[in-house]
Amino acid sequence: MVTLNEYEKYVGADVIYELELYAEKLKNVSIQNINSTAVGGGVAEILNRMIPLLRQLDVNAGWDVIKGGEKFFEVTKKMHNALHGKKEQFTQDEIDLYLETNEMNDDVLDNGSDIYFIHDPQPCALIRNKKKKDRWIWRCHIDFSNPDLFTWDFLKQFIEQYDVSVFSAPSFARELKIPQVLISPSIDPLSDKNKDLSQETIDSVLEKYNIDKNRLIVTQISRFDYLKDPVGVVKVFKQVRKYIDCQLVLAGGGATDDPEGAKVLEEVQNITENDPDIFLLLLPPASDIEINALQRASTVVLQKSLREGFGLTVAEALWKSKPVIAGAVGGIPLQISHKYSGLLTHTIDGTAFALKQLLQNPDYAKKLGENGHEHIRKNYLITRHLRDYLLLFISLLNEKHDVVYL
Amino acid sequence: MISLNKEPFRFYTRQNIIYLLGKNAKNLRDLLSGIKAVPTMSIYYHTHHYLEMHEYLSPEPPNDFAYWITNILLEKSLGEEAASIDLRQFATIEEIRLRLIEVIESYLEANDEMILRDAPQGQEFHFMSARTFVFPTKYTAVDLKQFQKHLKNVSLQSIYYHVFEARLGKKIPDFATWLSSPLNETELAREFRRLDPYTQTLENLRQTLIKLVENRVKEIEYGNP
Repeated sequence: MVTLNEYEKYVGADVIYELELYAEKLKNVSIQNINSTAVGGGVAEILNRMIPLLRQLDVNAGWDVIKGGEKFFEVTKKMHNALHGKKEQFTQDEIDLYLETNEMNDDVLDNGSDIYFIHDPQPCALIRNKKKKDRWIWRCHIDFSNPDLFTWDFLKQFIEQYDVSVFSAPSFARELKIPQVLISPSIDPLSDKNKDLSQETIDSVLEKYNIDKNRLIVTQISRFDYLKDPVGVVKVFKQVRKYIDCQLVLAGGGATDDPEGAKVLEEVQNITENDPDIFLLLLPPASDIEINALQRASTVVLQKSLREGFGLTVAEALWKSKPVIAGAVGGIPLQISHKYSGLLTHTIDGTAFALKQLLQNPDYAKKLGENGHEHIRKNYLITRHLRDYLLLFISLLNEKHDVVYL
Repeated sequence: MISLNKEPFRFYTRQNIIYLLGKNAKNLRDLLSGIKAVPTMSIYYHTHHYLEMHEYLSPEPPNDFAYWITNILLEKSLGEEAASIDLRQFATIEEIRLRLIEVIESYLEANDEMILRDAPQGQEFHFMSARTFVFPTKYTAVDLKQFQKHLKNVSLQSIYYHVFEARLGKKIPDFATWLSSPLNETELAREFRRLDPYTQTLENLRQTLIKLVENRVKEIEYGNP
């Protein structure tokens, strides 16, 4: 098990000490996390890392999962898509199923908890069990910038019964009667995706895919999805390669079980025309070390997203001190201050221009990467995420002044 | 001999929790009306959080408004003006708000023929606010030597608190207040107050503070009390 002290070499002893200081204020406070899955998906990944760290700090944090049938999860998947902006129709039966399943899960609630920390829409209606002395948090992990209004209105009736809501990016804020807190996601420097790798490991991954380590490498790590604009990335590459010798790596998973993903991949394959300098890598789910190696081997990393939740691949690349060019969408502008810790672009031509700039000015590129690394170290590592959760819990237990002396 | 003091200086630290206000600006007029309407803590947050979040970037961009005006709306001259507002000269956040309003209103008046540029989609200005939690740390100093030692160990958040917020909050002493009274190091306190913390990184600021105390400790040791 990872211990909190292992993070000291990245964030400093003062940060670890202060986490202990905040946790002391939560003695005798119990917190129950509730979501809809114990494995797979971003929320489970975060909780799997966060709960042990909270417990190491002597915070009484628990985690339970609601149960539901296949049909319930079909409904909540539809809800998820609708909150992402997709037009969806819900039948009364589907709405009833959502409410009944939440009701059937009432017994998952540990009645002695002081704080209930509910993640995402699936268990949102559990709030109907709220008692006067309890504090309830609704944590939204998904992109809320343009939700389908029917679904939003339906969920809002529950969300507004919570004491506080938590969103991952400023653009996800909605008009709500309850306070909305900003807590960005984070990366874990000790995970396979981000830990230090030996040069041999990096080289072996390049060799495996026949990527030439002696030539410039431009990489985008993302699923084959229209919103990540892989076709645009290939167009950028083709513009740049007219002037600068380089290779393109487009690596990601999710194409095989996703009909739309397969279509996007086919389009990308068509446009690449078997170019030997373009590497389309369909990686299986457990490829974190390969992704890590590809990011570390890159000269420049792209994240040319047209729409994005938070875009943690940007944080991953910056953590590896890579210069990043990314679309200014979702949480990306939080991670990149244009021209300070990376470059933000909006178009294919703009991205191609930025890429030429960085490939031809390695000192400038290096400085952006260094600033980016420092920005991630200070603001987007799991220790900051842990700190924000501790403060969120403390905030619910203290009077509502702008400045609270503890 | 280094002066001893019966009233030790306790280092505090602080952290913010950030609130989203659900209020956005697409252009300069929206920004102006937002600046006029948001709570004081929102103005404080947008003019100070860069110092923490981007403390390694010296010395700019100094505030969110200036950054957005310069890099998103591309109004370079107004951005420069907003960036160079001397925050140190204002005793309250309300004064900073008024100065921001004045700068933006003057620019709009002088450029009334100009078509207001909208931010590209997804790059609107999002107004936020903050609540601050202040915690006592284990570090206390009774004299300059201990003070110097702890300056090296405390977090940058603690340095930030005693330089920026303690001055505004007035409940807990800032560095200069403790130095001048009861420690009676009036000249050192004056040097602390003279520093412009807004134009350097927090780490640089820490090093400058340590150097100033170090010099004073040497002076005392060489018999210049």
